[in-house]
Amino acid sequence: MNYEGALLDQVATICIVVLSISILLLLYRTLKGPTNPDRAVALDTIGINLMALAALVAIQLETTWLNDVILLIGILLFIGTVALAKFLEKGVIIDRDHN
Amino acid sequence: MLKPNDLILRTTTALIAFILLGFSVYLFLAGHNAPGGGFIGGLMTAAAIVLMYMTYGYATIRKIIPLNFRLLVPVGLLIATLSGVGAFFFDKPFLTQGFDYFDFPFFGKVELATALIFDLGVYFTVVGVTLTIILTIANDRSD
Repeated sequence: MNYEGALLDQVATICIVVLSISILLLLYRTLKGPTNPDRAVALDTIGINLMALAALVAIQLETTWLNDVILLIGILLFIGTVALAKFLEKGVIIDRDHN
Repeated sequence: MLKPNDLILRTTTALIAFILLGFSVYLFLAGHNAPGGGFIGGLMTAAAIVLMYMTYGYATIRKIIPLNFRLLVPVGLLIATLSGVGAFFFDKPFLTQGFDYFDFPFFGKVELATALIFDLGVYFTVVGVTLTIILTIANDRSD
């Protein structure tokens, strides 16, 4: 492996460790969080960190096939957060006809 | 009850739902040489439609997409079965898949495989099953 490759690899490793610590701290907020919106926001942020983690793993594995996965996590995260927010706000996720 | 103002959600959904549908078509077509395929493409389409249902409510989307999603399951299974039966016309065993290269004016030389037809069946079935489950749960009432 050439010099730039080794540098990128080490930086990616450091970033993975830092992101893992961040996810652990968010996990604490998810378990401890006094209210349900706290937990929803913490889960949303865990998902965003997961996207970054997938990107760093893609750098380490030297593959481009994880790009779809990153996009997929983002989309599912958005839909999940919208559903959670709507449930916390209204108590119903899909509005029925006469409501 | 005061009507809640969800203008931001409605505006973003109008934009994101189309990106989701485009991404699902990409995943569906990319499945031959890259990650993707009928299953995950169908799930993405279902996710886009569920997002629209969440934002605009059941009655509105019911009017926009007047389609009984239960119908998509037999249609998908029929397409998948017919793509397998089609091999009989060439004296091959069931589910034998073939491919050939075609010249298109804009895309150039493209490999088209009959596996895509089978994938289309999977796609329709997944969309139908997922949306049937979610909408059935969303529509039941205890009273």
